[in-house]
Amino acid sequence: MELQGIGIGQGVVVGRVVRMPDPLPDPVAAPSALTPAEEGVRVAAALSAVAADLLARAARAGGVAGEVLEAQSMMAEDPSLVDDVTLRLAAGATAERAVFEAFAAFRDMLTGLGGYLAERAGDLDDVSQRVVARLFGVSAPGVPDRGHPFILVARDLAPADTATLDLSQVLGLITLDGGPTSHTAILAREKSIVAIVRTNGAGDLTDGDEVILDAANNLVITSPRADQLVEAHARVAARAARALAPLSPGRLADGTPIPLLSNLGSADGAASALALGAEGVGLFRTEFLFLDAATAPTVAEQRAEYERMLRAFPGKKVVVRALDAGADKPLAFLNNAREENPALGLRGLRALRASEQILRDQLEALAQADAATDADLWVMAPMVATVEETRYFVALARELGLKTAGVMIEIPAAALLADRILQHADFASIGTNDLTQYTLAADRLLGSVAAFQDPWNPAVLRLVAEVGAAGAALGKPVGVCGEAAADPLLAVVLVGLGATSLSMSASALADVRTVLADFTSEQARLLAELALAAEDAASAREVVTTQAAKFLDSSSRCEPSLTAHPRKVLK
Amino acid sequence: MLHHSDATKGTAMLERTVLIGSTNGLHARPAKLFSQAAAAAGIPVTLTKTGGKTVNAASILGVISLGIGHGDEVTLAADGDTAETLLDELARLLLIDHDA
Repeated sequence: MELQGIGIGQGVVVGRVVRMPDPLPDPVAAPSALTPAEEGVRVAAALSAVAADLLARAARAGGVAGEVLEAQSMMAEDPSLVDDVTLRLAAGATAERAVFEAFAAFRDMLTGLGGYLAERAGDLDDVSQRVVARLFGVSAPGVPDRGHPFILVARDLAPADTATLDLSQVLGLITLDGGPTSHTAILAREKSIVAIVRTNGAGDLTDGDEVILDAANNLVITSPRADQLVEAHARVAARAARALAPLSPGRLADGTPIPLLSNLGSADGAASALALGAEGVGLFRTEFLFLDAATAPTVAEQRAEYERMLRAFPGKKVVVRALDAGADKPLAFLNNAREENPALGLRGLRALRASEQILRDQLEALAQADAATDADLWVMAPMVATVEETRYFVALARELGLKTAGVMIEIPAAALLADRILQHADFASIGTNDLTQYTLAADRLLGSVAAFQDPWNPAVLRLVAEVGAAGAALGKPVGVCGEAAADPLLAVVLVGLGATSLSMSASALADVRTVLADFTSEQARLLAELALAAEDAASAREVVTTQAAKFLDSSSRCEPSLTAHPRKVLK
Repeated sequence: MLHHSDATKGTAMLERTVLIGSTNGLHARPAKLFSQAAAAAGIPVTLTKTGGKTVNAASILGVISLGIGHGDEVTLAADGDTAETLLDELARLLLIDHDA
């Protein structure tokens, strides 16, 4: 049987599934059949076992994660909590209900205090679930530990789950919810995990089922036949071989260079990006360095981080995005206001402008790091909507001594006026995730509207074409740094629409490099025209896939790489 | 800033009033270090935020729930022979800027 979902990346994997335990039901508020003293003994045993387990995990994790686990261990045996539980037991509650209610009371108090404390409420919920699970005698929620690699099936992964995920044990991820830009999808791309999200019917999979997870074809095959297993294993081997192919610079079949760059959140990923053939950094997400900071980082702190990144790419291009506080990644020191529509609020360049000193400090730190290193530093502003904002940012960057200043095109207004924006900016970089969200008016983090989040939508592609045409007319570079660039065939279309470089998770570089080399500039333009003329995302994808296969058949190339995904091409 | 005010309202309770030194107040790591030290003392210690409520200093949840920020004034109180040195030690933890 085949289950349909949204595949992330081009991978395929064969394995047995393990289901992530569902969240526990709330313990019912029925009177206990045991005495308060007997229930008290049960609670004490569960609390101390959970505290010991968390402490052991803290020792294994170390660092900041270890500190959080250690604090959680203290919460499990907190004297105020024990007092509260004891009162509830005395009133006749079961151990499960008393623990649940006591933790909930503290959680509500933290949430009520707001800000940083409200974020700690999740830590408390996690401890509560662990203690209640132990009292119920069931597995604790969270990623299971089986001692052997498996394909994880979950409703969706929370950031806390992904942080504790032991990647050596996870062959692949199947989720019921989530969309192509959910946490699960981002993690999968970052760590090169084969994944599929929003999978219909995945709820019926049970522990131990053997499946083929075929992300390239948006499928999970259950109870696979022998011939399907043989084909899947062959594709796994072919993809592994492709990853070992020589690392050449990105180029089309006619030799047109299309530099392939990597998206990075810190210099930690630089070595692996270089090993995968990244020709530089197309998107350095500086906000990821400071997500936990309560106050703005100093110039010296920033300079050290930027130097670390620039030193990793001597002589290569590094495009740095100014701090991008957003709906999905709030920076307390930039905008801590509660907004009704954060995606439409004071974010990106708007937030930086409201705290101009923070922007000045960042540009100053970048200029200092640039002077001390040999990389080719470009800076760009996030979430630019107008020509006036472009002029503001470019002027400020120049004032602080930065040579190359550009803007991100994520808002349709900026795409539509790209011809005027690029009069002032040195370059543009298209963020397809947000551009899709704003073009389709669909929250990219909301599962129920995830189907709209498809960058193949011709409306999105038409906006990309506007920017590409403006760049070509003015001789200014136009990059794409959204996840769209990581879809090999869409990457060809983006080049056909005028993209001059592509930036993606390093794990996607090998597939994109191989597929780009199969098509000429003229073919890319023809594929782009077909996509632009389609009615919707699905038909754009289909018509491009069909025509791409024809181009490959008629070309003299003997090893067209797309035949590695026959279903996708020959549909 | 630290001033002794051996309370004299008919009890032997000792008190220390201090201003919080941690830049980010008494959450997360500073709260953990403080509660760990209070729990290790073996005698009851209370922490009161001036104008707020009083909690068990050994309770990390109680301490966090006070929502104490940088520069806030708090009072420690304990009773017994070891109270003097213990309160000095705990007051020192509150004065340090753990986030510096």
